[in-house]
Amino acid sequence: MSILVIAEHDNAELKGATLNTIAAVKAIGGDIAVLVAGAGCSAVADAAAKADGVSKVLLADNAAYEHQLAENVAKLVADLGKDYSHILAPATTTGKNMLPRAAALLDVQPISDIISVESADTFKRPIYAGNVIATVQSSDAIKVISVRTTAFDAVAAEGGSAAVESVDIADDAGVSSFVGEELAKSDRPELTAASVVVSGGRGMQNGENFEMLYKLADKLGAAVGASRAAVDAGFVPNDMQVGQTGKIVAPDLYIAVGISGAIQHLAGMKDSKVIVAINKDEEAPIFSVADYGLVADLFEAVPELEAKL
Amino acid sequence: MKVLVAVKRVVDYNVKVRPKADGTDVDTANVKMSINPFCEIAVEEAVRLKEKGVVSEIVAVSMGPKQSQEQIRTALALGADRGILVETDAELQPLAVAKCLKAIVDKEEPQMVILGKQSIDGDNNQTGQMLGALTGMGQGTFASEVVVEGDAVKVTREIDGGLQTVELKLPAIVTTDLRLNEPRYASLPNIMKAKKKPLDTTTPDELGVDITPRTKTLKVEPPAERQAGVKVADVAELVEKLKNEAKVI
Ligand SMILES: Cc1cc2nc3c(=O)[nH]c(=O)nc-3n(C[C@H](O)[C@H](O)[C@H](O)COP(=O)(O)OP(=O)(O)OC[C@H]3O[C@@H](n4cnc5c(N)ncnc54)[C@H](O)[C@@H]3O)c2cc1C
Ligand SMILES: Cc1cc2nc3c(=O)[nH]c(=O)nc-3n(C[C@H](O)[C@H](O)[C@H](O)COP(=O)(O)OP(=O)(O)OC[C@H]3O[C@@H](n4cnc5c(N)ncnc54)[C@H](O)[C@@H]3O)c2cc1C
Repeated sequence: MSILVIAEHDNAELKGATLNTIAAVKAIGGDIAVLVAGAGCSAVADAAAKADGVSKVLLADNAAYEHQLAENVAKLVADLGKDYSHILAPATTTGKNMLPRAAALLDVQPISDIISVESADTFKRPIYAGNVIATVQSSDAIKVISVRTTAFDAVAAEGGSAAVESVDIADDAGVSSFVGEELAKSDRPELTAASVVVSGGRGMQNGENFEMLYKLADKLGAAVGASRAAVDAGFVPNDMQVGQTGKIVAPDLYIAVGISGAIQHLAGMKDSKVIVAINKDEEAPIFSVADYGLVADLFEAVPELEAKL
Repeated sequence: MKVLVAVKRVVDYNVKVRPKADGTDVDTANVKMSINPFCEIAVEEAVRLKEKGVVSEIVAVSMGPKQSQEQIRTALALGADRGILVETDAELQPLAVAKCLKAIVDKEEPQMVILGKQSIDGDNNQTGQMLGALTGMGQGTFASEVVVEGDAVKVTREIDGGLQTVELKLPAIVTTDLRLNEPRYASLPNIMKAKKKPLDTTTPDELGVDITPRTKTLKVEPPAERQAGVKVADVAELVEKLKNEAKVI
């Protein structure tokens, strides 16, 4: 079997999510080729070539792929993917945007967000906000799969020495163009990869109060997340939302501050190793998943916690 | 211009579903069914575009059992003009749904198709993107803003790193994220009016679509349960436990 992995990157750096995806591929077994589609992205291809287990890197370096426009990249993936038994990408917003489009071009029903590999055609995935785990078997000739990165430990970034081959396909579907982007800039670790996450909810009351959480996070080397309520209320930007319809995190330590614990929020964090909840309502559902619950006013508890660390 | 909106019947988001004891399926007997929240946002966006004079007609489409008429009626009460039900009791996977929608797009020739980014039961997040592939249209997924300008639409998308804006030629596909809008409540007079709006029924067969499932659910099971832990008395005890018991700081 030969398996194609779609690399996640920003033209400069290979993203860690790719290494988690390669780990899922290793669980399936087979030769691993990594596709790096982008513009001016040869450094990414070199990094992918070093990843553990990779036997080949395909580099499609073309202006049409610069911003990962799904219309263009999906066509490339479908063209190249015909020769593979499986095509996998991380279940990031980039992967989720592109992969189903590529699958439909191949007349394949993709399998989203797998959390385990049972065999080459059978996988487990959460449905209904993680309240149910389904074991799903695919009968399609090519399996197209997105991977929940928190469910697979990343392979080593170093150690491999795969060859890099250039791909000479330039698919510009001509129906979409990139206008601009506003990316959050932060010195803190990335939410989905951080080993500690501090999240705030509606209980924070406003955006200024999140400063308290940033201070706490900086002491812990943590990333900062939020509930949907905090994002909807405009306290913090959308890229901080943790949950069923936001980001999935599974850090060693998750500290939920002023978050009630709705099932949609739990869906995004309940696989964390240790969960701490700080909430003034002792009946809050978050306490039913917390290893350590502190019933307290967050405006007193959070500064005190920060001071004691 | 004409807009097609896909609306799906799903288990209400307040219901905590469980697998059946024999692990063959999810127990959905007698649970409350609703319109998928992201589809409601899709209908609202179409209605707002109509109120701005950009859109002239809104067609709400659903695929599923006869009862999906209820969700189409909800869409009509929110402001859609007519409905189409593609009726089937068979299991529908996103590829099949996308193929049915493609057949309807070919007939109706809308300038825009708005879908939810994911449905809260299957959580697949696939259908809009697959419809994009089948129709060749551009796709603005996870939209938090939609602006129609002449024969193009600018879509601001919620991505992992922040926000991205793309421009798509019309006709195009949009899938909605949570922040696109806040759906209105249907008023009683509008619910009454919706009962008189046209609702056509067709079937996958009549559309010439093969809906044979490509994947099989072998088993469903509950996730590993987390045990509730302990309540700590104060911040000092919390820090002590995190250091010495959990050893995570
Ligand atoms: C389709 C859909 C998708 C969704 N997706 C997501 C998702 O991805 N992520 C997500 O998070 N939600 C999601 N939700 C929303 C979810 O249902 C809840 O509404 C949301 O998680 C609530 O956020 P919260 O806990 O911050 O707010 P609330 O439920 O209002 O809880 C606030 C908590 O703060 C506590 N509090 C208040 N003041 C203090 C204080 N001074 N000190 C200590 N504690 C205090 C209160 O006791 C309360 O428990 C979704 C909903 C729908 C319908
Ligand atoms: C064990 C199990 C058994 C199941 N059995 C059945 C069954 O017997 N019958 C059945 O119908 N389903 C069944 N399903 C559900 C079905 O498999 C999924 O709902 C299906 O895969 C569609 O995925 P999705 O809605 O998550 O797609 P997504 O891609 O997440 O949907 C995104 C958007 O596409 C649009 N859309 C999707 N589906 C429809 C639709 N039908 N009508 C209108 N718009 C739509 C909506 O705008 C929606 O917001 C079952 C699921 C499981 C897990």
